[in-house]
Amino acid sequence: MLLKIEKRSESSRVMVYMTPIIALVLTVLCSTVLFTLLGVSPVEALNTFFIQPLDSRYDLSELFVKATPLMLIAIGLSVGFKANVWNIGAEGQLTMGAIVGSSLFIYFHDIDSVFLLPAMILLGAIGGAAWAAIPAFLKTRFNANEILTSLMLVYVAILFLSVLVHGPWRDPDGFNFPESRTFSDSADMPILVAGTRMHFGTLLALLAVLGTWIMMAKTLVGFQIKVIGSAPTAGGYAGFSQKKIIWFTLLFGGALAGVAGLSEVAGPIDQIIPTISPGYGFTAIIVAFLGRLHPVGIFFASLLMALTYLGGETAQISLGLPVAVTGVFQGMVLFFLLASDVLVNYRFRLNIGRKAVS
Amino acid sequence: MTLKSIPSLLGAVAVAGSMLMGATAMAEDKIGFVYVGPVGDHGWTYRHDLGRQAVQNELGDKVKTTFVESVKEGPDSERVIRQMAADGHKLIFTTSFGFMNPTLKVAKQFPDVKFEHATGYKRADNVSAYSARFYEGRYVVGKIVGNMTKSNVIGYIGSFPIPEVVRGINALTLAAKSVNPDIKVKVAWVSTWYDPGKEADAAKALIDQGADVILQHTDSPAPLQVAEERGVWAVGQASDMSRFAPKAQLTAIIDDWDGYYVARTKAALDGSWKSEDTWGGFNTGMVDLAPYNKAIPADLIALAEKTRNGIEDGSILPFAGPFNKQDGSVGAKDGEALDDGTLLGMNWYVEGVEGELPK
Repeated sequence: MLLKIEKRSESSRVMVYMTPIIALVLTVLCSTVLFTLLGVSPVEALNTFFIQPLDSRYDLSELFVKATPLMLIAIGLSVGFKANVWNIGAEGQLTMGAIVGSSLFIYFHDIDSVFLLPAMILLGAIGGAAWAAIPAFLKTRFNANEILTSLMLVYVAILFLSVLVHGPWRDPDGFNFPESRTFSDSADMPILVAGTRMHFGTLLALLAVLGTWIMMAKTLVGFQIKVIGSAPTAGGYAGFSQKKIIWFTLLFGGALAGVAGLSEVAGPIDQIIPTISPGYGFTAIIVAFLGRLHPVGIFFASLLMALTYLGGETAQISLGLPVAVTGVFQGMVLFFLLASDVLVNYRFRLNIGRKAVS
Repeated sequence: MTLKSIPSLLGAVAVAGSMLMGATAMAEDKIGFVYVGPVGDHGWTYRHDLGRQAVQNELGDKVKTTFVESVKEGPDSERVIRQMAADGHKLIFTTSFGFMNPTLKVAKQFPDVKFEHATGYKRADNVSAYSARFYEGRYVVGKIVGNMTKSNVIGYIGSFPIPEVVRGINALTLAAKSVNPDIKVKVAWVSTWYDPGKEADAAKALIDQGADVILQHTDSPAPLQVAEERGVWAVGQASDMSRFAPKAQLTAIIDDWDGYYVARTKAALDGSWKSEDTWGGFNTGMVDLAPYNKAIPADLIALAEKTRNGIEDGSILPFAGPFNKQDGSVGAKDGEALDDGTLLGMNWYVEGVEGELPK
């Protein structure tokens, strides 16, 4: 090989924190080229993408509405990723959380009680955790790869939702269309700011970020997760159970994804429909890594990711740019982030004219 | 450029941008379109976008049409619709069933903006509902495929088991059985409106089960391409798809929203717009058929045209009795026909359709 990739003995601390910013700057530069090629003024396009969606109080509230599920799921997944537990199936856990949580309303829709919504949120968490418990069991009992099992269970959950919403959960007055009845006031997430769609779920997401930060920084279980993740053998010698960590991180991520699902159906969607999430469970994986698996990073990363979606919509309405631009944009952010990540930890060396000494 | 100059630059950009927006908003009325798929799907969304272009061409610089494509049904759609309304659009077309409740929610907040929702059943003072009687097209197609099939097995790719789709399957089956009582219709449900991969797989599976005609209630041309490869017949969906399957496409059921969109936009501009419920068929031009395949015998084309004319003048009703439901009970008695209410809530198969309707 002409080029050799080798690990740097020490990676720069500054650069680790700089990479997201470098990635962003590179994205902006490259998208300038892209916009020019599409015949749109880059300044106007970037304005539409990043500034216009933050123009008013209402727009800001929409940013949080879009970021809420991403934040909840990503923060839950980050804990598992730190321990090298690769839960790829948050989309399914989200769906199951939404199903189990809202089953309470579907079957007892006449209930008018302040306890209905808290009970639904709790059931949502249980539903998501239960769905994540299956890969946890298969991993700890049979050493089955959780990437595969959790991913495959996504499709099971989505099809199960489809069965319910095309069948027993249909709105009795809905002409057989696949939609449940709309949630009553006591099953709805309370709105945080009057006149917007920002709901109680956003508060839950912020609490989850804060709680996870404290857990990872201050508690024994947080310490165990970090040790098992970076040095499993050392963790073993210290008497930390790897199995317990697998169970904990999967249930934790599943529960938060479940809450995210419930807060979507009891929040902005307001009913059960065949597609609850446009892939939040998968986008959240990007968010978790964009945020460096750190709570503060994830907070900002989910807002940034939400902003690119909103900006993409604005760009379509006011500039007539195609929707694919949004995808290209997100792809560029991730590409530059991962690329600069590699360069922080590894370096390329030319290998001309000398034999590698090994 | 120093770091300090960036905020002021951004500020200048924002001001310039908003002035530009303000200037264009005054000159013309904005008409918005919200699409569930990409404008290049060659099916459902593609035809709605042709309607948008018709509005733009017809009304020229009096209007500025805008659209957002691939909008997910759910919370995203409400945001997009609201953004259009807040942005000063005068009339907004939301072109998928799943946009119904979001449209109504936004309409409540913007009583001065007019909305048009496709294929739903709820309305408000500033929300119209419109749809087309595509089943009329399916009925004509049924007469053709019933005669063209050799294996007597017709494959049908369904998206979701909602009344709209079930109605199409039933209309096709009734017409095909009327010319060929041995016909069987096999349905493959793919749970998507647009997924070329899944649609192609379903087409292959149906052909493997003996189908020699493929129909679809999904929007991509993939099933036709499969039919072309495997040498069986197919019927295009929403637009003329013959360039994807020049040999296989018998005809296509065309959605034509152009006339409706132009008329409604004109009404919104001159102030005569009222909330209405429109369900148009062949007679309104909303439903049309693509040119017939040359392989169809002339007498069959004559039959198809006769059927079409009959539907247009009302002498032929696709859901006229006598026919039975799949379970053997009476669907409609001799001399009766199903009314619109029954058609809108249809959730059972007629005799001749195989398999169970997903519940």
